[in-house]
Amino acid sequence: MKSAPHRNLDSDTYEISLVGISKSFGGVAALSDIALKIRAGEIHSLVGENGAGKSTLGKIISGITTPDSGTLSLGGQEMSFGSPRDALAHGIVTIAQELAIVPALTVAENVLLGDEPRARGFIKRRELRRRFDELAKKVGFEFSSDTIAGTLSIADQQKVEILRALSRNASVIIMDEPTAALSRIESHALHEVIRSLAAEGKTVILISHFLSEVLSLSDTITVLRDGQLIKTMAASEVTEDGLIELMLGRTLGALYPAKTHPKFNSPSVMFVNNLSAPGVSNAWLSLRAGEILGIAGLVGSGRSELARAIFQDSPAFSGSITVNGAVLAGKSPRVALQKQVVMIPESRKDSGLLLGRSIQENITLSSLEKMSKWGWILRSQESKITKQALELVKVKSAGAKQKVSALSGGNQQKVLFARMLLNSPRVLIADEPTRGVDVGSKRAIYDLLTDLAKDGLGIIVISSDLEEVLGLAHRVVVMRQGRIVTELTGRAMNEQAVLEAAFAEQI
Amino acid sequence: MSKQGSRDSVVRFVPQSLRSWRSSGILLPFSLLFVVLSFSSGAFLNPTNLLNILDQQSAFLIIAAAGTLVLVTGGIDLSVGATYALASCVSAQYAEKHSILASVILGIVLGLVVGIINGIIVAYLKINPLIATLAMSFVIGGLGSKFTKGNLIVLTDKPEYGKIAQTVWLGVNTSIWIMAVIVVLLGILLTRTVIGRYMIAAGGNAQAARLAGIQVNRVRIIAFALSGAAAAVAGIIDASRVLSASAALGSTLAFTVLAGIVVGGTSIAGGDGSVWLTVLGVLFIALIGNGFDLLGIDPLYQQITLGLILLVAVGMDAYGRSHQR
Repeated sequence: MKSAPHRNLDSDTYEISLVGISKSFGGVAALSDIALKIRAGEIHSLVGENGAGKSTLGKIISGITTPDSGTLSLGGQEMSFGSPRDALAHGIVTIAQELAIVPALTVAENVLLGDEPRARGFIKRRELRRRFDELAKKVGFEFSSDTIAGTLSIADQQKVEILRALSRNASVIIMDEPTAALSRIESHALHEVIRSLAAEGKTVILISHFLSEVLSLSDTITVLRDGQLIKTMAASEVTEDGLIELMLGRTLGALYPAKTHPKFNSPSVMFVNNLSAPGVSNAWLSLRAGEILGIAGLVGSGRSELARAIFQDSPAFSGSITVNGAVLAGKSPRVALQKQVVMIPESRKDSGLLLGRSIQENITLSSLEKMSKWGWILRSQESKITKQALELVKVKSAGAKQKVSALSGGNQQKVLFARMLLNSPRVLIADEPTRGVDVGSKRAIYDLLTDLAKDGLGIIVISSDLEEVLGLAHRVVVMRQGRIVTELTGRAMNEQAVLEAAFAEQI
Repeated sequence: MSKQGSRDSVVRFVPQSLRSWRSSGILLPFSLLFVVLSFSSGAFLNPTNLLNILDQQSAFLIIAAAGTLVLVTGGIDLSVGATYALASCVSAQYAEKHSILASVILGIVLGLVVGIINGIIVAYLKINPLIATLAMSFVIGGLGSKFTKGNLIVLTDKPEYGKIAQTVWLGVNTSIWIMAVIVVLLGILLTRTVIGRYMIAAGGNAQAARLAGIQVNRVRIIAFALSGAAAAVAGIIDASRVLSASAALGSTLAFTVLAGIVVGGTSIAGGDGSVWLTVLGVLFIALIGNGFDLLGIDPLYQQITLGLILLVAVGMDAYGRSHQR
């Protein structure tokens, strides 16, 4: 994978130099005494677990946050940025996780937003288009300037942001988790863009959870842990395991728990027979008790759509689903829950959690009827059940009355597991169970899934992280364009085979 | 962390719903206003005056308590004024020839039906609740005018109708008793029952609620139905208080009520709110009016003050939400 053309980095031209940077939020140190030098024209990655301080560091460089102490120099000159605008004026641009695109405007209008060529208050449209085309050509993006930005894929929207950054003559581009929402192909495309930016002499600061991405792209990697800078090193000097060890301060052991195969006589819990639903055509599937079935495929291949159809969140056009011999067909997830089929949705913030409410309310939400009488919530029973559920999924919190938004991503995910486990499931579908979860907590979720399977649940794991699917599942099906195209078990279940099936006909 | 601990021990005696500064925001200004009025006007701190305020506000409080539930579920009900007027007219008219009980039931059922229709329009036809209930308020207002032919309904022939709200029990009017019971019931509904929890979930994150197996549409309809019924009860109480009813009443009621709910601290974004804070919000506005009257200040400034307070309340809500994460 290591194909990045490493540039000559012997020169002492440091673009950015930080000395003694510290920052605390409400008494908790987010960064302490950071000293970091970033060379001009390099790709420098910041890695660390959630809460390690990498995003805070990015925000200090881009002027969004001001440090409590320490100095920031740019090209040898000491700076003090009061706002992102100050940083922007010095050529530092951030491309955040949440994109700032105006969906109703065209690509060209978005790129030159706030900087449109104008005459007497009117925008000179032809001039606008000309400037855009020039810029896009220079970077090698193929865009029609008149495309409405809202219709683009997320990867393309990211390119729009990059163009916008370049149009402001950015010399330093900070990217916070740029590929978190991208499919594999889109990620590759973005990697090429990042490499070409660096080749042009731009400095790229990359904040990412994906270590393989970090290793293949970066010239230099800085590891942060608990707000401290652990080590800065050349990417060629370190391996993925080495990085994990530095990030955690200990060895992780194996990333995946040992697989316990279901007993040869364990019964099937679910059949999906020739199911067609929005985004899914003619899907056949069976699931045994104690089995973890992985669904792989590209984003948009129908994985999540199949999950939603099974969970009765979207209507089936034809075909049927049987769970323990009974037909599962209804108009809402409520019906699936009654049949003991549960799903952990893809996006916990959008479709899982009530962020403003307590951990307890979030956990008991789908099983309140069991802990109430005549619609009256039995509070002592509710807290007892919550406590048991929290122990089961091992959530670390300051108490069940704490707001769920105060938890880390991994613990939030466990809260959703707890909610669903209270429905005494037979079938559990986990869609991207470790998205946005840091390396240390991932293992905890894998352990949970493995333990649940041992207890006899049928589990379906959907993930864009191919290693994760292969590391957890006993059997993998690959989807492409709404269809299940292949099923892999045993030795045939490897990365090569999955990728071939997922990409076939497209390359 | 230790700072957090000592703060927790102080607030342990404060009800849970009041623990964040945002949701308890109204308590301080309310107490302050109360104290200031007690000192600056001799007539204020006097049981007759205070009971009078409660009597006048009982209709608003009932509607606002139910309106809080609608806001929590992520909706808004602008048709309460029209429903209030229609129910009071129909009930009063019917009472002229029939029993009081029958006329009360008729009025409430009418409100309930209007509320359910609102709920169905919003939940199943997916029409924005602001527009849906605004449209309904025109329809119902029109029906009211048609029904009364624009006349005032006067109940001088049936003074018994006045007993609904004007009977004195333990020194307090039944209007206040009825209000207190309804407000407490709705408050308990929101905080202690399954349906209340579902309302908070439906308003906070409808998609998450659906995936947790909650019938979001049903929850929304229930909230609107309660709001309609509450508007009808309020209309009947006011008709009984003054022994007359008119279809022209209630045109600005929805906005006054909404102002009370928002000043109380219930979020207009849904998913959070408190009936008991709504009570404080409505009474806060009433106290301003009462105080201005007692102090002989031009009523013109009342409206300006109310407008400014409303802006502060909504501003604090927005600030609180943007700094929450």
